Amino acid sequence: MNPQLNQDGGLRHLLTLDGLPRAILTQILDTAESFMDVGEREVKKVPLLRGKSIFNLFFEPSTRTRTTFEIAAKRLSADVVNLNISTSSQTKGEAILDTVDNLAAMHADMFIVRHSQSGAAHFIARNVAPHISVINAGDGRHAHPTQGLLDMFTIRRFKGDFHNLTVAIVGDVLHSRVARSQIHALTTLGVPEVRVIAPKTLLPTGVEQMGVKVYHDMTAGLAGCDVVIMLRLQNERMKGALLPSAQEYFKFFGLTPEKLAYAKPDAIVMHPGPMNRGVEIDSEVADGPQSVILPRVTYGIAVRMAVMALLAGGPSA
Amino acid sequence: MHASLPDANTLIAQLAAAIAPNLTPETVIVGIHTGGVWVAERLHALLKCATPLGTLDISFYRDDFSRIGLHPQVKPSTLPVDLEGRDILLVDDVLHSGRTVRAAMNELFDYGRPATIRLAVLVDRGDHELPIRPDFAGLTLTVPNHQNINLSRLDDGHLTLSLA
Amino acid sequence: MKIHIKNGRVIDPMNARDEVTDIYVVAGKIIGIGQPPTDFHANRTLDASGLVVCPGLIDLSVRLREPGFEYRATLESEMLAAAAGGITSLACPPDTDPPLDEPGLVEMLKFRAKHLPGPRVYPIGALTQKLEGKMLTEMAELTEAGCRAFTQADAPLTDTQVLLRAMQYAATFDFSLWLRPQDVSLTRDGIAHDGPVASRLGLAGIPALAETVALATILLLARETGARIHLARLSTREGIAMVRAAKAQGLSVTCDVASTHVHLSENDLINFDSHLHLVPPLRSLRDRDAIREALRDGSIDALCSDHTPVDEDVKQVPFGESAPGASGVELLLPLTLKWAREMGVSLMQAIDLISWKPAQILGIPGGNLSVGSCADICIFDETVEWVVTSRTLASQGDNTPFLNHPMQGRVRYTLIDGHIDFESSH
Repeated sequence: MNPQLNQDGGLRHLLTLDGLPRAILTQILDTAESFMDVGEREVKKVPLLRGKSIFNLFFEPSTRTRTTFEIAAKRLSADVVNLNISTSSQTKGEAILDTVDNLAAMHADMFIVRHSQSGAAHFIARNVAPHISVINAGDGRHAHPTQGLLDMFTIRRFKGDFHNLTVAIVGDVLHSRVARSQIHALTTLGVPEVRVIAPKTLLPTGVEQMGVKVYHDMTAGLAGCDVVIMLRLQNERMKGALLPSAQEYFKFFGLTPEKLAYAKPDAIVMHPGPMNRGVEIDSEVADGPQSVILPRVTYGIAVRMAVMALLAGGPSA
Repeated sequence: MHASLPDANTLIAQLAAAIAPNLTPETVIVGIHTGGVWVAERLHALLKCATPLGTLDISFYRDDFSRIGLHPQVKPSTLPVDLEGRDILLVDDVLHSGRTVRAAMNELFDYGRPATIRLAVLVDRGDHELPIRPDFAGLTLTVPNHQNINLSRLDDGHLTLSLA
Repeated sequence: MKIHIKNGRVIDPMNARDEVTDIYVVAGKIIGIGQPPTDFHANRTLDASGLVVCPGLIDLSVRLREPGFEYRATLESEMLAAAAGGITSLACPPDTDPPLDEPGLVEMLKFRAKHLPGPRVYPIGALTQKLEGKMLTEMAELTEAGCRAFTQADAPLTDTQVLLRAMQYAATFDFSLWLRPQDVSLTRDGIAHDGPVASRLGLAGIPALAETVALATILLLARETGARIHLARLSTREGIAMVRAAKAQGLSVTCDVASTHVHLSENDLINFDSHLHLVPPLRSLRDRDAIREALRDGSIDALCSDHTPVDEDVKQVPFGESAPGASGVELLLPLTLKWAREMGVSLMQAIDLISWKPAQILGIPGGNLSVGSCADICIFDETVEWVVTSRTLASQGDNTPFLNHPMQGRVRYTLIDGHIDFESSH
């Protein structure tokens, strides 16, 4: 039983892209396409979620993601409440459930959850009333489905179709929820070749079983790629036993114009941001013509509007 | 029953004839997805309208959204010109409750403030639930509530009205 | 009290007995099997027709939560639960608060347990003071106070020299050390088996190497020191192979696995149910199948429940924040029977793993139904089906991955020292 789907196979929660049918992913992307022009209009709002209450439950701070969800919700005419719950005051587990129960009593219709623990969104989804939907806005290393969808939306806008693409994901896959969501989305949408490129210390055990090809060398890994996705390398990973130094990482795995030249000439470069210039990506690439990093803020809003609209409508499961 | 409905193309021609005297240079023809767009395309051609055709998908404005959810295939709305001060000719295939037209007008106002909005429908089947009446109707008739009037389009573009 | 257990299928692995017969109990002892002793007049006759009569179960790891964790469960509740599970003797690890590292604490626990109905309690002493892995406890004193062996339970022992000294010291007195092999630095923040499932779920991994690296160290030290070692809660195929090889080379080692690990694997984690957060972690299907096979071929000596009741508050949190462990005394028998049915193993062999063999490891009498031995007896219905719920469990901990699962086989009577400490009418 997929806890994300209702009895009719419709979307009930969005917790992960793992195991979602292609039709649902495509429906979200198509709907997002329709929401793209809402942002261009004089009135940037549609009345779809009028009277619905959406709670941003951020147990881990992230202004950027929270803001995108907030704008998306407001463009759908929902009422939005932001709650930043510092994890320090959140050490006792029952507090999470207490928070969730209290908000449910305030007639919440949707929770957008970010948490440092993998599976936190599943946990909350398991414990909410049937009329409440949960959107995972990032849980530990597990999943960040709306970011993954945004990346798919971007790829589709630039490449049209998924069926002939070679996509490389470069960097710290081990700690990346974004990479996991991207991999599931790419394979589900029919991308024939998904590659990961990283030193062995930054790849999860058995990553091949997610349907990717593993490379440890940028030259071979980037060869013939249509899309190159660079992952952010957190500061704390750069020292210690995972990697000796940021400099060495950049030399072997950072994306420079020279390395990018191995990909197809029309390859696009993506980065979920915020970027560490000079660590995983050279500024010349980040600001270059192949980079599609900037237009994605508007995409992000459209994708999140689509997810919320699909979850909020219709009879609850 | 099928045979009792007149030919859609004849009705569209009659509709165009009725609309023609009212056309201004400011007129923008806007069809409502899906059937309304087919009718609007014909009218746009017959009336040789200078401004490009607009289309509306009112999925995001439906008042039954929380009951039935989002339509699985939402199409983008395209309004090629600024609506400010324009005369809108809103086109739909069948006028029934009037809720679709209400949603369409709400959406239009989110794009700008038109000078006027007039409504043209291929068939006005009555049973309105809102104070909305067509300015132009190809056909007015009364149909029992359990029956539906559908406009369909064949691959060759031929439009057919049917009763089911 | 004179009890006549009538017409039951008596299965006694130690005496290789499997027949329908009668057992006669007087004053806490089995005084006859088959023919009634002369002048025997039962105070109570238990009709065991259609039931299995076997030695009371012996569980090598049951956390009674006293002292220190009474809010999770109490001695009363867990002893009762153990009796309901057919358990008549249990070993209790020292990871209480404070840990069982002083004779006074051990005596107190034994005293408390002795005055409560339920199984015989055999404390396992802390190997190091406060379980900190630094200084040895007074093992000889603790043994006199009643400790049957010494262990770190799940507490880390990072200093290999301390482990070497502990083995040398224990070997001096021929004390047994119970060790769960797990390399601490390879475990770190891990909460799930390092494999494709944890990778997919983004759960920090504990590699199989954490077990085998530690196991290699333990086996080398054991060979050097001659210490008696019992390896607790093995979880990996490679680990089992290493123990099998060590036994073949004549090393004095035994080992056990937890009954949860006989049935579950990493694949069950897919919805992040924190009831599956166990120590050691649920490993791959390959590992699980190796456990099932090793139980059959005798490479694994015993099955235990590793009973760890916790309150729901510490399970009603995201997986990584939850307290590990599962409640299990009442599931040890049905899970063992389930394994036996699925593997086509005889009841005799299955019961051996939870009675006679663990009695040998613990070094206690019991685990058999010989005439003259203590009347610690479990009588169960091997066919009855039931569903695990908080209502059907006597334990204060409802934390089991088998919640709402159907089970087959349930205890009808538990006799301890000739007393009926548990009986049920279902």
